[in-house]
Amino acid sequence: MGNVLVWIVWFAAAGGCLASGVAVVSLTNPFVAALALIGNLASLAVLYLLLAAEFLAAAQVLVYAGAVMVMFLFVIAYLGGRADAPWAGGPPLLRSAAVIAAAALLTEVVVVLGLAWGDDLSEPAKVSSSFGSPAAIGELFLTDHLLAFEITSIVLLVAAVGGVVLGTAHPEERT
Amino acid sequence: MDGPGIGWYLIVAGILFATGAMGVMMRRSPLIVLLSLEIMLNAGNLTLVAFSRQVGGLDGQIFALAVMAVAAGEVAVGLGLIVAMARRGLALDVDRASALKG
Repeated sequence: MGNVLVWIVWFAAAGGCLASGVAVVSLTNPFVAALALIGNLASLAVLYLLLAAEFLAAAQVLVYAGAVMVMFLFVIAYLGGRADAPWAGGPPLLRSAAVIAAAALLTEVVVVLGLAWGDDLSEPAKVSSSFGSPAAIGELFLTDHLLAFEITSIVLLVAAVGGVVLGTAHPEERT
Repeated sequence: MDGPGIGWYLIVAGILFATGAMGVMMRRSPLIVLLSLEIMLNAGNLTLVAFSRQVGGLDGQIFALAVMAVAAGEVAVGLGLIVAMARRGLALDVDRASALKG
């Protein structure tokens, strides 16, 4: 019975994820597109929960759906009508090439998965209930992946300084 | 296993990545291009988490968290660039931002 419930939740999350992804790419109003991306990130968090990644799901909602998307919406509000992104224009050759490239990418993924289906794909490892918990993640971050953790903090610092420098108005500009 | 196996997650991640790639290639607004980039990064994250669950190791989740941090930094710099473009009165169109074109 729990099995059926997991499948129902999975299909709802995966369907929402793909539908909102298509909405982000196809909508012309960037505000609505950003809202659709929030839905995309939230349904991805549900998929993470199904994969026993509790801490990652929480971080996804807090960092992405929270902080990053608020920043996006602020910039879209700041730009106002200039942010509108109509479909018109662009060489048609470029557009058809984009569709063909995306379709080729998708075909590759499906073919590779189809060839490997049923081998090792269907037997996931047995994991304890603490798998993906904040304690387990934190311990790994402070032992095996300490260097990556510290470098991440430097990357974030540099990005923050870069954002401030780019956003600062220079005297010769019209503001 | 109760519930979908890793292949199902990989299919979702593949379709999501192709969707994002199409958005990056087709759309001309830098805002939408950034949003599509986020979709592509998240498709990669989903793959990492799915394989992390499959092999029973947490390293994939650590990697996904690092990707999340890099994505946050990328958004900060990208939005800063877009605001700078708007301040200078440039068109918000990636096809027309061609001053560095070779």
